[in-house]
Amino acid sequence: MQLSLRTRSARLAAAAAALMVLPAAALANTAAAAPTIDKGDTAWMMTSSLLVLMMIVPGLALFYGGLARTKNMLSVMTQVGAVAALTMLVWVGWGYSEAFGPDREGFLGNIVSTFGKAFLHDVTPTTTAATFTAGVAIPEYVFVCFQMTFAAITIALVLGSVVERMKFSAVMVFAVIWLTLVYFPIAHMVWASTGAFFKLGALDYAGGTVVHINSGVSALVACLILGKRIGYPREPMAPHSLTMTGIGTGLLWVGWFGFNAGSALEANGAAGLAMMNTFVATASAGLAWMLVERLTSRKPSALGFCSGIVAGLVAVTPAAGNSGPLGAIVLGAVAAVVCFFAVTKLKPKLGYDDALDTFGVHGVGGMIGAMGTGIVYSASLGGPSPDGWEMVHQLRVQAAAVGATIAWSAIGTAIAIYLAKLLTGLRVAPDVEREGLDLAEHGERAYNY
Amino acid sequence: MKLIVAIIKPFKLEEVRDALAAAGVQGMTVSEVRGFGRQKGQTEIYRGAEYTTAFVPKVRIELVVADGAVAGAIEAIQTTANTGAIGDGKIFVLDVDQAVRIRTGELNEDAI
Repeated sequence: MQLSLRTRSARLAAAAAALMVLPAAALANTAAAAPTIDKGDTAWMMTSSLLVLMMIVPGLALFYGGLARTKNMLSVMTQVGAVAALTMLVWVGWGYSEAFGPDREGFLGNIVSTFGKAFLHDVTPTTTAATFTAGVAIPEYVFVCFQMTFAAITIALVLGSVVERMKFSAVMVFAVIWLTLVYFPIAHMVWASTGAFFKLGALDYAGGTVVHINSGVSALVACLILGKRIGYPREPMAPHSLTMTGIGTGLLWVGWFGFNAGSALEANGAAGLAMMNTFVATASAGLAWMLVERLTSRKPSALGFCSGIVAGLVAVTPAAGNSGPLGAIVLGAVAAVVCFFAVTKLKPKLGYDDALDTFGVHGVGGMIGAMGTGIVYSASLGGPSPDGWEMVHQLRVQAAAVGATIAWSAIGTAIAIYLAKLLTGLRVAPDVEREGLDLAEHGERAYNY
Repeated sequence: MKLIVAIIKPFKLEEVRDALAAAGVQGMTVSEVRGFGRQKGQTEIYRGAEYTTAFVPKVRIELVVADGAVAGAIEAIQTTANTGAIGDGKIFVLDVDQAVRIRTGELNEDAI
């Protein structure tokens, strides 16, 4: 019974856990414990890792860059690229071990692993990470790469709320502290078998809590501490190129198949289900956003279509392998409608300056996705729930994981932002902000013609 | 000699140019401009943030013609740039004191 509740996301954690015990297990029980490495799985996971990288550079860089003003285009793209690069180094240094390293004794083991694999100590071309199929594994280096890209995109997403005014140096300092205090522990809590949310039985196929609620809430807290852009909301701050945003949206959608279907860790039917859902939830969300625009006396807009697509992708992330296609279609549409109101009504009403709507789309969409997953998982709605599964219990577990993630992200982000403020100062000077960060912070203009 | 300045809808430019050429006009200067008249601006909405752009894109054409050709040029512009809708633009006519062709030094009507 307890095992039947351990669903796909839980099994991802189990995979991570098995990875930690495998070398020892292999020593103790040589021939029997040696897992099979399938070349098809390995090739798919390498491809998936690169698809997620494509979501960041150039996907997110163009998506966010196009939404910014002309004078800040390079600053946005540089910040996205630079924090992603920084994450890769930090991940190898201590991030992987903090999230997926050897088990830690005691209560703290619920939150982080030990640093026994810091600088990828003991990771070799022959060590493996378990998949969801007993006896089948992928090379550990591939698992390290795959998980690394998730960390890199999450910190890049957070920056969406603070662009056009935060110093480049502050962004870099904030990124290192935030990854260490917020991302690595939450990744451990959700995906490692010793993690607190994993033990609860929370469903999160590909990172709805770890990536989206986390980045969205962190973005909100960061922009509240940082303050509004000069002139917001009086001055027009229209996106400088929805063409770029459209290109970025396409790259995000395509890359997201690596994110969601890659989270199956194998090239099989489960990955196929995640792939299917990543098509249809997204399609329904893109259309639903435009429909609700139309019904609220607006025009169905290009930016609305792009926003709906991202909202759908966010919402289907925890549900990708935890839902049937019809459930995913409904989930995508609901997420688009709720995110539409979060972005167009809630934000102006509360007056915070989440510049590129990271909270409105990733935070809110992530919460809809996490709670919705507890519903669409049901076999009665076409989901893959096992016999004896109870929706009410699952929703309580989902709510607990969502609530704890919100609290952890908010507190950790506040600490990281204030530490960055102490070390580098947070905001550029008002003159710099008016002139644009491209010239002042990077010495270039995005467009010379 | 008169300077004719016409502000017209951008998509009417080719038609106006052809009509002026048919009326014997030898040259003109064209710029992309923005402005407003009775048409006012346009409203743009990005994720619910509404911006009213007060200035609408237009094309300004400038040409200098001999006094005898003014009426024909104005008629050519007025009939071709006309869509009947608000925002079709305006035509202004100004006196010109002198014209010089830089290459040859020719003056006034010989220069236009």
